[in-house]
Amino acid sequence: MNPQHLNASSLKSRFTRRFLRALTKINAQKPISSSSPREIFQRYGRIKAAADKSMANSVRSRRTWSRAMLWKLRSRSYRQASSGRRSAVKTSTTTSHQAIRKKTNHEKENKPTKTGEDQVGFVVQADELRELVPGGEAMDLCNLLDETAHYIKCLTTQVQVMKKIVDFYSL
Amino acid sequence: MSSRRSRSRQSGGSRITDDQINDLVIKLQQLLPEIRNRHSDKVSAAKVLQETCNYIRSLHREVDDLSERLSELLATTDNAQAAIIRSLLMQ
Repeated sequence: MNPQHLNASSLKSRFTRRFLRALTKINAQKPISSSSPREIFQRYGRIKAAADKSMANSVRSRRTWSRAMLWKLRSRSYRQASSGRRSAVKTSTTTSHQAIRKKTNHEKENKPTKTGEDQVGFVVQADELRELVPGGEAMDLCNLLDETAHYIKCLTTQVQVMKKIVDFYSL
Repeated sequence: MSSRRSRSRQSGGSRITDDQINDLVIKLQQLLPEIRNRHSDKVSAAKVLQETCNYIRSLHREVDDLSERLSELLATTDNAQAAIIRSLLMQ
């Protein structure tokens, strides 16, 4: 068996288990008037955070993007728990960036020597990519591409599992 | 010789070559649904990155959409059914 294929299926089951557990927890917190639009919106936020958190936890700290995402989620929940202390937010985001930079190379400027106008477009797209992949700002180009590939694989797994759950629920 | 000198102007860290970057770009290309079906060697690296950004954005939108649907469904489904579904999915 292809070892990558094995990794994909166990990643799927790890994510599914965590996400379903989180979903039942969210379901248990349902108040009486659970169909008001505000409740639905709040639950949507919680579900989305739970999905991202389950995925990042299934990958643990093996990947820079998962570390960055867990940092983001933790600082966000810390901010929500203590909404009065604004200063805590700024310090947490800067320390998370420092933590990521310590673990990866410090190279941000890494222009490949490709000829033609392709080079400019490439660098612009790479910067766009940095904004999309969590933790991408502090990565060099090689790591960025590597992390992107893994991130896309995990995102597709996440979408697959969520689609299956929605299909089952809407039976 | 001069090109190698200009390429290795990075302080410390690993010397990243064009070939490495090309390999990574090709690996990314394999993951993208649209480009995979066309002839793989005729797509430029910038195009691959652009398609990657679009693909990630569309995946994010899908996750948002599915989370919203799940939130609405959770409002209506009752708990016994949920337990049954969970045991089905655990196989």
